[in-house]
Amino acid sequence: MSKERESGKVLLRRHHDMGGLPAGPVEASEHDYAPWEKRVDAILRLLADSKRRLITTDELRRGIEELGPGAYDEMSYYERWIASVTNNLIEKGVLSVDELGRRMAEISAAWPAGTEEKP
Amino acid sequence: MTARFSVGDPVRVRAAFPPGHVRTPFFVRGKAGRVTQVLGPYRNPEELAYGRSGEPALPLYRVVFETAELWDGYQGAPQDTTLVDIYENWLEGA
Amino acid sequence: MTHDHDSDRGHDHGPHPYQPDLEAAPLTHYQAMTQAVGELLIEKGVFSADELRAMLEAIDAKSPAAGARMVARAWCDDAFKARLLTDVNKAAEELGIDAGAIPIRAVENTPDVHNVIVCTLCSCYPRLLIGLPPDWYKSRAYRSRTVREPRRVLAEFGTAIPEDVEVRVHDSTADLRYMVLPARPAGTEGWDETALADLVTRDCMIGVSLPKSPGA
Repeated sequence: MSKERESGKVLLRRHHDMGGLPAGPVEASEHDYAPWEKRVDAILRLLADSKRRLITTDELRRGIEELGPGAYDEMSYYERWIASVTNNLIEKGVLSVDELGRRMAEISAAWPAGTEEKP
Repeated sequence: MTARFSVGDPVRVRAAFPPGHVRTPFFVRGKAGRVTQVLGPYRNPEELAYGRSGEPALPLYRVVFETAELWDGYQGAPQDTTLVDIYENWLEGA
Repeated sequence: MTHDHDSDRGHDHGPHPYQPDLEAAPLTHYQAMTQAVGELLIEKGVFSADELRAMLEAIDAKSPAAGARMVARAWCDDAFKARLLTDVNKAAEELGIDAGAIPIRAVENTPDVHNVIVCTLCSCYPRLLIGLPPDWYKSRAYRSRTVREPRRVLAEFGTAIPEDVEVRVHDSTADLRYMVLPARPAGTEGWDETALADLVTRDCMIGVSLPKSPGA
């Protein structure tokens, strides 16, 4: 959280609440979404649909906000999404930490070009 | 839940700064605006975000602000406006 | 972080849909997480592989073209325009377009008003109608500055709004999504809807630009 002084009071603005803050020019950047990014979107939509109702947009957003201030600079958009979706699924007991860790290790080990080091 | 405000009513956004998930942007808190539309009842996102029902639903309003009143030294035109959707628990009469 | 592997739109084969051009790059932590979450949810029966595949196809099927068709119809049919301005989702149904369950509202550009859409808290966007948002829409620069200095942001997109026009910024923070109904360009009298739809870009439905000129 950043602290802002307004009329003598120290107010708290959460890091994702960025309307009006100074920033550089808008770079007209875009990329075609990679298959894994669309997969994140598809997983979320299925979990949130009327058949499952396992997660709400509100929970997704809360989870992204709770990733902390660094998340906006260090993680890409869909990295934040899958991190939040996964945390929500762990909290709800749909997935366990242990099974996620094992499956991610299996997937990484089988990947031809290895795994990128990322904390 | 009956909507407390009607189209045209002057309102002020509460100057509150709670922790947790909120949908009222920092830049309109404490600011005065006017209701331009009553959008209907929507489940409370501040509750939904934590896995709860979000009931009772809250009236949601479109509130219009004079952009020049939101920012010191606004460099646009005086007639410019900013519209934000705000839930009733964040509004008080002005 | 950018990904430019769009040449490969192949479908999944089995639980590990590895794709040749992607395999050349190291797997990131979050890509492995995405793969693991998808596989585990399928194994647990939360959703099926077919449901996931169908959803991926549905995402690919969304594009600004759906919004452009609606704008072009509104330019030709005042009664449709009135319905579009009341409820985009319902108006979409008339054209056989599924705009999803999240309510979308259209805001109209007029000689006196120019609208532009932003989401300062997140990056809400009418994605169920016009597809996934461009990267810049989700960027810190766009989200921070559009409410504070909208005319400068518009100028960076090459869009100059006259001083006597009201710039109306919509911050979509809550349960509704917004799209701009741009004004019909001059010089298009007598054009049919298909030709008109070609002038309607994604960016003019966000409000950072105007429709293409008929001569361009």
